Amino acid sequence: MKNNFKKFFIFSFVIFFLSIFTLALKKDNNYSTKNLIGNQISSFQLPSLRNSSFITDKELKQNQFTLINFFASWCAPCRIEHKYLVRLNDQNKNIKILGVNFKDKKNNALNFLNDLGDPYSFVAKDPDGKASILFGIYGIPESIIINKELEIIKKIVGPIDQKDYEEILRLIK
Amino acid sequence: MLSNIGSILVFFILSLSLLIIYYSYVETQTTRTTIKKNIYNLSLFQVTFTILSFFTLILGFIFSDFSIINVYENSHTTKPLFYKIAGTWGNHEGSLLLWINILVVFSYLFLIFNHKHEKNFRLYTLIFQNFLILGFVIFLLFNSNPFSKIYPEPLEGLGLNPILQDPALAIHPPLLYIGFVGCSIYFSAAIASLLSEYSGKQFALSIKSWVQISWVFQTLGITIGSIWAYYELGWGGFWFWDPVENASLLPWFAITALMHSIMVLEKRNTLYEWVIILCLVTFILSVTGTFLVRSGILNSVHTFANDPSRGLFILIFLSLMIFTSILIFFKKHKKEDYNFNSNSKETFILANNWFMVFFLATVLIGTLYPIFLDVLTNEKVSVGPPFYNIVIIPLVIPFLLLMAIGPQFNWINSKKEKLYKTLYVFFGACLINLFLFYFFENYGLYSNLILITAIFLILHSIFDAKKSINNKKKFIFPRIISHLGFGLLVFFIGINHQYSVEVDFNLKVGEIKKFNNYEIFFKNIKVQQNKNYKSVIGSFKITDLEKENINYLNPEIRIYTNPETLTYEAAIKSKVNSDLYLTMSNLPRSDFYNIKFQNKPFMIWIWISAIMIALGGFVQLIIKKNEE
Repeated sequence: MKNNFKKFFIFSFVIFFLSIFTLALKKDNNYSTKNLIGNQISSFQLPSLRNSSFITDKELKQNQFTLINFFASWCAPCRIEHKYLVRLNDQNKNIKILGVNFKDKKNNALNFLNDLGDPYSFVAKDPDGKASILFGIYGIPESIIINKELEIIKKIVGPIDQKDYEEILRLIK
Repeated sequence: MLSNIGSILVFFILSLSLLIIYYSYVETQTTRTTIKKNIYNLSLFQVTFTILSFFTLILGFIFSDFSIINVYENSHTTKPLFYKIAGTWGNHEGSLLLWINILVVFSYLFLIFNHKHEKNFRLYTLIFQNFLILGFVIFLLFNSNPFSKIYPEPLEGLGLNPILQDPALAIHPPLLYIGFVGCSIYFSAAIASLLSEYSGKQFALSIKSWVQISWVFQTLGITIGSIWAYYELGWGGFWFWDPVENASLLPWFAITALMHSIMVLEKRNTLYEWVIILCLVTFILSVTGTFLVRSGILNSVHTFANDPSRGLFILIFLSLMIFTSILIFFKKHKKEDYNFNSNSKETFILANNWFMVFFLATVLIGTLYPIFLDVLTNEKVSVGPPFYNIVIIPLVIPFLLLMAIGPQFNWINSKKEKLYKTLYVFFGACLINLFLFYFFENYGLYSNLILITAIFLILHSIFDAKKSINNKKKFIFPRIISHLGFGLLVFFIGINHQYSVEVDFNLKVGEIKKFNNYEIFFKNIKVQQNKNYKSVIGSFKITDLEKENINYLNPEIRIYTNPETLTYEAAIKSKVNSDLYLTMSNLPRSDFYNIKFQNKPFMIWIWISAIMIALGGFVQLIIKKNEE
């Protein structure tokens, strides 16, 4: 009896694993951007990089649109996209940019912002990359744009370029 | 032309597998005690054709025969010869052919080197190994044929991903494949052992060398991969807990457990059941790893251009393997009773196995959990270093202790007095740690415990080595080398982690940056045209103001043309006590370059320790060869 139970257990275990694998195969691209769009972001609370304050999802409801940008000083493509963020912040009033500093050191991040400009209305820190997971981030740079209802309307994987920039402008018109 | 030869050769391999399976099965039914000559001949033909087919593909790459799709997609006429050859296994189809080569070569070698063992055991091993070969050859022919043709023949190829054009990466896959695919032979042998009831000590002897060979190659392969990540990816790290790195660790844990428990089977004729399970699990995990990497359900630096049909094939194959082995295992295994003394070597070996199983489970969960969660709830998570650090680091402490103490015990039963010496060594380790703690800056509790236990293992291994030289017991050397290597590895990783310096800043040509006790002078920049890329080389003078020594480093930005890609080559100066690591990247529309400077103590010793672990296994093979 005990032996049969063991066999049953092992077989179900193996079948479970294999069926998950089969399902995973059918899912095209785990990290495709489209299945995030339309989802609402969950409530969060992120600590500030600069001081001991926090930002939460409630504050974002006051913005028409928010772009959440995940960046780090050690990430070369982040430097490339940074000028678009600066321009976006300078030229548009209806979008605010929230920066999430990903797996970085405070001093390096502050130097980064000193050197390249600070387009962020708030810079949050995520030193071990745990909080970013909630936003479906797996590498940086990545950005998501949310509307007033905190619904994700666009996700950009990789550095923002001229084309993305123009699309953002269209979206927030 | 080459593609036709290749396809015909692969077809021969397939037919020979079928013939070998048939004749071997017929042979198991006879009462003769030796294996008929024709099976040897068929195997010899099979191994010859397999190696020839691989050479055919290499020739295709060397002569840039773009009528073969595989060559067209992964090579280019301007590529240096070395990377043309390495391109053969730098892609999915070619590496699958290499995989089949290893299956066949191991199958042949196992057949001819194990002539002392029982006939039916050898024949069943051959049969199951050929089932594996058959499966992969079918996969190759119908899904991933490296010899497929393209018409009209393109004039130029698409090129190999520049990030793969690196000497370490050229040898990393073959080493890993020998390690992972080599496990196939004792997977087959384990099933054969159940079917032919050839168990116990004899079985252990028949697979021991093969376990050691594949263990050495796996260890080296993982180390070389890590070295590549350090030099090429330009982040200054060497282990990222990337899902694909994890996939390579899973079989390594299983095989390390197997390497230890097989000694118990050999010396004490017990643990047979567990050894069989480990034999089966090791190869199943290798194939699972291959599935995860090749099917594209994991995203990582290793992702091959992926195609779900590949994944499906490997998955079907994997399921067949798992169910066959479970069914045969349940049908044939016999219950064993263990009774070990708590103060015996076998108890400690079992403890090693428990740790290995724990590490294996941790990494397995960390790797698969995101996939499971995604499939079941659509939620996406990524499991990174924080998880592994929290779960694994505390367990490393007792693990290191047991690694030093365990080998002091004898088989069956030991006397207690030996442990007093161990206590002295432990105090010695604490003193050394106190010394480190005092002279450098302080560090946390975990770091303290890790360093103490690592030093304890190192000291103990050194004393053991001294003792064994006095007693002329050379057979314990391999163990000492590997355990010492592991102790040193943990020690140097600990120190490296504690005392690494990392800074990041922007600099213009001609400027000087000062920080801590370093001064970095950006002297100039020059552009150089190479065979298949253009490089922008910066030259930097780094002065250590405290020690007053000067180093020159030249990081590069490479612009590859085929395919067009930018890569950042780190400039690394490896010295005995530390590595200076410098990368530079350009900032668009500005004169500034972003510079990342790191000083990483004892980097080179991390590699040396890891290679030492593998060396232990290698020495064991040599000692065994000399004894025979």
